[in-house]
Amino acid sequence: MSELEKNTPEVQGENTAVEQKAAETSEKSSAPMLEVRELSIQFGGLRAVDGLNLKIKKHQLYGLIGPNGAGKTTVFNMLTGVYKPTSGAIFLDGVNITGKSPVEINKSGIARTFQNIRLFKEMSVLDNVKVGMQNSTKYTTIEGILRLPRYFKEEKLMTERAIELLKVFELDGEKDALSANLPYGKQRKLEIARALATNPKLLLLDEPAAGMNPNETEELMNTIRFVRDKFDMTILLIEHDMKLVSGICEELTVLNFGQELAQGETSAVLNDPKVITAYLGD
Amino acid sequence: MRKTTKNNLITFGGTLILCVVLGILMQAGKLNSMTTGLMVTIGIYIIASTSLNLTVGVLGELSLGHAGFMCIGAFSSATVSTLMINGGAPNWLSFAVAIIFGAIMAAILGFLIGIPVMRLRGDYLAIVTLGFGEILKSLFNNIYITSDKNGLHFGFTNPPKNIDASTKLEILRGPKGTSAPDLTNFWVVAAVLLICLIILMTFIDSKSGRACMAVRDNYIAAQSVGINVTKFRLMAFTLSAAIAGAAGALYMHSLANMLPKKFDYNLSILILVYVVLGGLGSLRGSIIATIVLYAIPELLRGINQNIVNYRMLIYAIILICLMLWKNAPVFINMREKIKAKCKKSKTADLTSGGAEA
Amino acid sequence: MSFISNLLNGISLGSIYALIALGYTMVYGIAKMLNFAHGDIIMVGGYAAFITMAANWCPLWLSMVITVAVCTVLGVVIEKVAYRPLRSSPPLAVLITAIGVSYLLQNIALLTQTANPKTFTSIAAGAPPFLQVFSGKGAVFFKANPYQDEGLKPVLTVSMETFLAIVVSVIIMIALTLFINKTKAGRAMMACSEDRGAAQLMGINVNATISLTFAIGSALAAVAAVLMCSAYPQISPYTGSMPGIKAFVAAVFGGIGSIPGAMIGGVLLGVIEILSKFYISSQLSDAIVFMVLIVMLIVRPTGIMGKKISEKV
Repeated sequence: MSELEKNTPEVQGENTAVEQKAAETSEKSSAPMLEVRELSIQFGGLRAVDGLNLKIKKHQLYGLIGPNGAGKTTVFNMLTGVYKPTSGAIFLDGVNITGKSPVEINKSGIARTFQNIRLFKEMSVLDNVKVGMQNSTKYTTIEGILRLPRYFKEEKLMTERAIELLKVFELDGEKDALSANLPYGKQRKLEIARALATNPKLLLLDEPAAGMNPNETEELMNTIRFVRDKFDMTILLIEHDMKLVSGICEELTVLNFGQELAQGETSAVLNDPKVITAYLGD
Repeated sequence: MRKTTKNNLITFGGTLILCVVLGILMQAGKLNSMTTGLMVTIGIYIIASTSLNLTVGVLGELSLGHAGFMCIGAFSSATVSTLMINGGAPNWLSFAVAIIFGAIMAAILGFLIGIPVMRLRGDYLAIVTLGFGEILKSLFNNIYITSDKNGLHFGFTNPPKNIDASTKLEILRGPKGTSAPDLTNFWVVAAVLLICLIILMTFIDSKSGRACMAVRDNYIAAQSVGINVTKFRLMAFTLSAAIAGAAGALYMHSLANMLPKKFDYNLSILILVYVVLGGLGSLRGSIIATIVLYAIPELLRGINQNIVNYRMLIYAIILICLMLWKNAPVFINMREKIKAKCKKSKTADLTSGGAEA
Repeated sequence: MSFISNLLNGISLGSIYALIALGYTMVYGIAKMLNFAHGDIIMVGGYAAFITMAANWCPLWLSMVITVAVCTVLGVVIEKVAYRPLRSSPPLAVLITAIGVSYLLQNIALLTQTANPKTFTSIAAGAPPFLQVFSGKGAVFFKANPYQDEGLKPVLTVSMETFLAIVVSVIIMIALTLFINKTKAGRAMMACSEDRGAAQLMGINVNATISLTFAIGSALAAVAAVLMCSAYPQISPYTGSMPGIKAFVAAVFGGIGSIPGAMIGGVLLGVIEILSKFYISSQLSDAIVFMVLIVMLIVRPTGIMGKKISEKV
């Protein structure tokens, strides 16, 4: 109760602020899918992320870019609860999720992929996706052990949904292969499929094109667009590949040394002299 | 049919057939008492090793305290069966209740121990489970339970005093051990083994089992898809402990007198050897490894007494070599080269065969 | 007086644990593995000392040299044959291999030396106690009881073995600390334990450094073996396993990877063990030692002096 009381005024205050702004700019009046306010984290004496503000609208494809060590993955780790921010707040669909555990945050609707792929290596491709559906499956462990009807019904449903998802990424042909045996590009896709299996509102992709050749990147761009449209997804991605960023992101935030360097529409940001300097040096 | 289901059916069917065949041979009087005794012991070890495989293979954590859970199951079940039979309950009922009680007690302890232990990983978890195993052993080395007409009397480090001599019934006698009624026979072991096997298989092939494997493979990714890591680790650890408790109960009732020090670190390691050599995560492997590694030295005992002495030495060497063979980059590369060569010659055969046809 | 005597015995046993724990903690710090066979190296050292001391041709000093040499070589060989090929393998495989090595050593000892415990002759056999305190007469150092004729018995006796264990351990710890902080090889060890990859890039020979670590750890185990078998004059193939595990507990207690931590942890654990043996229950002392470990890991998983390590995401 006390937590509610603590949170409600903040959320309300936030909503009115958003509404005011929305009225000013005469855009859509709905609250943003993700709102990050003054997010900071400190490791010892180092401020890895300092006062970051983000607003991502529903159905948007948003890019977070910046040179190496700018704190992009740290932002993801805070958004997904791996790190607890030192200060600032994160709202998902108007709900304050700051400081919650990774499990709670996933349940409230954020799913992610990892820069260094983290698949369940000793499990099959299909099982990797089914693990993602864990929380939407409605049978208990006891029902599973006793093999009651609900087990079979739910497992069947789960398998069908998982195969459907794998089809989107053209992985259904390899559903029984060990995930560790997939080629690199497919491992990245499987990670996205697994994240989608948790039914998120917001998908965070950490360098989805890393290690891919231009053709694979091109294909990945189409897949990302397709996922956004098919699942009505909001996507925030970290990327180094400028072709991908300029090709699919609608808005960008550029981080440099943990601070926001520029924010706005993709083409404007990419032509900003400050951004060019940060990337290419003086 | 799914591959997992098929695999499970083969393992279960094979075990069932083996049990039935051995049982029929035994009933027909074709097996001597030594072999029957061996079958009982091996059955108990299989229950222990398959349950440990849940922790080591499926959960990916090395537990060195499995004997501790067998110890709880053994002594708590002995207390129940002795009291029930003394109170006039039929043997079969007393034994069934005792086994279940032993499993439940082991599960409760497993859960309680699991709460702190499952916060740890790797080496720390191994050493702490070892510590718990030793603690449980020393506890039962010091617990005395005696019953008389006034009820139960407990003693810790010393036997309880003021016991009515005429109705005195010593149940747990600290380091002197416990003499439980001789109730374990081959059929009971086979039945418990098959039930435990079903539980393990259905657990592993369900969403909970998948969650455990996901945690094993990458716990950070598992958290990121909403899996409560601690919950599933605790669940598997508790289940593993419960089944070990049942194995302990059977073990207790198969020997004339059981000393707590039998459930020491060496027993945990012996079971671990079966699990590792059988293959981590493979129940079938654990079953086969237990049978082979336990039975062969015993059967060879008749030929040469010394073989048994060399048993652990040979296990140790196999263990080291297997780990090196499976994990050392040198051997992995060598294996892959051989594989590639085989494939090449195979495809070469096929193409040449095709040409001939 | 009995409390002081117990405390001293505890510190003496603790010094031995500390020596063993140093081996664990150094290996853990640098090779990032739990060397389960470390305890069994102690056992081998015990047998080496036992056999050479029983031989007529061998003076005590030579037998000590041989013991240390045997353990050192054994430690290095084990690392080279069993652990080095698995350096980048999953921790579970390494741990199982280490358990295999431990079992191998135990069973070789069982087959060659039989399971019967043998009586070990203390290296201080025949020497008078280090200290005897008599009520009303004061203390006597390094002498047999001078009041024997009066029938006066000491109220506090500190045996030569107890004294030696403490003194030798202190000397070795000081030497080790100096070695690590002042020499090039010692600093290379620190660098490897901090970041093996970076150390390699800086031109440090990682393989040689790890071998050196195993060599030092095993040599310390040899010294511990002699001190332990002198204080508790018995040797069997299982002699090493419990002290080995307890010393690991000590290393965890002090904070694994930390050298001062191993020393403090070892001494504390020895004191806890002896005091609980005397004041609580001799049969439960092992259980109490493990309880200490468990409580420690729950309250402060990194140990007294340990650093927090978290996985990079």
